[in-house]
Amino acid sequence: MSLRRHLITFERITRTGVINFVRNTWLAIAAIAMITITLTIVLFLIITNATFTNTIAQITDRIDVSVYLKDEVTEPQKDNLISQLKSIDNVKSVRYISKAEALKIYQQQNRDDIDLLVAISQTDNPLPASLQIKPDDPNRLQTIKDFLEKTEIKKLQSEETSYSGDRKVAIDKITKATRFFRQAGIAGVAVFIVVSMLIIFNTIRMAIFNRREELGIMRLLGATTWYIRGPFVVETVIYGILAAIISVTICNLVFNISASTFEASSLGLLDINYSSQYFAQHFWVIVGLQLLIGVIVGSVSSIIATRRYLKFKSQTGD
Amino acid sequence: MILLDRVTKTYDRRGSALLRVSLHVEPKEFVIIVGPSGAGKSTLLKLLTREEKPTSGKIIVGGIDYETLKDRDIPMLRRRIGVVFQDFKLLSNKTVFENVAFALEIASISNKEIRHTVPKVLDIVGLKGKENSYPTELSGGERQRVAIARAVVRQPKILLADEPTGNLDPKHAWDVVGVLEKINRFGTTVLLTTHNQDIVNNLKRRVVTIKDGQITSDKAVGRYKSS
Repeated sequence: MSLRRHLITFERITRTGVINFVRNTWLAIAAIAMITITLTIVLFLIITNATFTNTIAQITDRIDVSVYLKDEVTEPQKDNLISQLKSIDNVKSVRYISKAEALKIYQQQNRDDIDLLVAISQTDNPLPASLQIKPDDPNRLQTIKDFLEKTEIKKLQSEETSYSGDRKVAIDKITKATRFFRQAGIAGVAVFIVVSMLIIFNTIRMAIFNRREELGIMRLLGATTWYIRGPFVVETVIYGILAAIISVTICNLVFNISASTFEASSLGLLDINYSSQYFAQHFWVIVGLQLLIGVIVGSVSSIIATRRYLKFKSQTGD
Repeated sequence: MILLDRVTKTYDRRGSALLRVSLHVEPKEFVIIVGPSGAGKSTLLKLLTREEKPTSGKIIVGGIDYETLKDRDIPMLRRRIGVVFQDFKLLSNKTVFENVAFALEIASISNKEIRHTVPKVLDIVGLKGKENSYPTELSGGERQRVAIARAVVRQPKILLADEPTGNLDPKHAWDVVGVLEKINRFGTTVLLTTHNQDIVNNLKRRVVTIKDGQITSDKAVGRYKSS
């Protein structure tokens, strides 16, 4: 068949599909509603996942190991310690905070407490110099720990090393929660995709049942499988596209409203600000993804639904 | 043009519909197939349009061997064979013009060609002026002529007419037969099944009689035998 004939056929299939879509308004609404719900869940899952990941990354970034040095530690000793630390596998960076800097930070943090400021400045600076070690992976602090526990290193330290241990517990909790949400979300999406496909099956089957005579005549006159099936696929692809648009619109509205409602912009672990920022930044990717899922759900289910009605008689008996 | 070689079609529940039927039809021939209801006439036509598959035997139509015909090639086969059904099988929500155009749309014919061809065919079957009527607004004979127009609009080499006069009164029945003869004169092979004695006896064409799934007579100029 020439390209022109293909184009003619394509145009006819599309036109019939659009006409059928307009005629089956109520069936269409049911199917679109189901796909919209599915897509919205997918969308929220993606955003929630990104937000949690971001929260974990932020908290993880704050984890460090603080080593407090005795005042008598000399400059070469300190430099030596830093270079030794830097050679440890898991160490990302080492930052030296001198006594003077420590005092400055302390004064900054307690700006409003005049009594404390006076007490500190009257005596000699009591704050120790320190090394802030940032690890690559906060879950593997053991190597750093082992190094710091060596007696010759221990000698240089004034206080117990701080490992931000409490934060690690929190991170573990968030990670677990995230994993749970992700799994629950995927399960939910799977269920809703199946349900919406079933509803589309039903929609198509009813449409086929209503038009079975016409389809039979088309078959007898020599219409190809795709000539008959095409309009149904076009119809359900329209469902998918509309559902994607509705779903993205809903999410957009939700973020607009929540951004103005929750001034604190944070619901426990869920950083709404980041969520809406993520949504805005990835808007077109999300739109594309939603359209893709909608079109796939629509077309796959209509192809399967029409399959058994379009089979040629291949058996030789009745 | 049409060749059936010892074709048997068995239905599980009803036994044999056709039993070792052999038939050869030359191009441009006009063949009437007669026989009582349930003799196997419709089954024969359904085998030719590949609505049914034979249990055994060979069918070759227009050079196509049905044994090697793939499912995906069935639409192409059906576009080459025009079929007229006893119950017309018209689309009630489409006009006369649209019903005939439908056969061309399926075959990816351009709109321009459709607008050119359909009126000519409607003229041949005597339905000029009825283009915008719906099937429900037409008489039985007119509906059957729409069905014939739809069957021949693609200029098939073969036209199968399954009791096209079955639902018509004698006058309309003769109108329809007249149209079939006209189409045959244009060079189309026509296979007509009927049990209308009057038509068979007056047409003076080849008559094949089927009874209980077997061909009992095949006469070059046949008459209807009521026995």
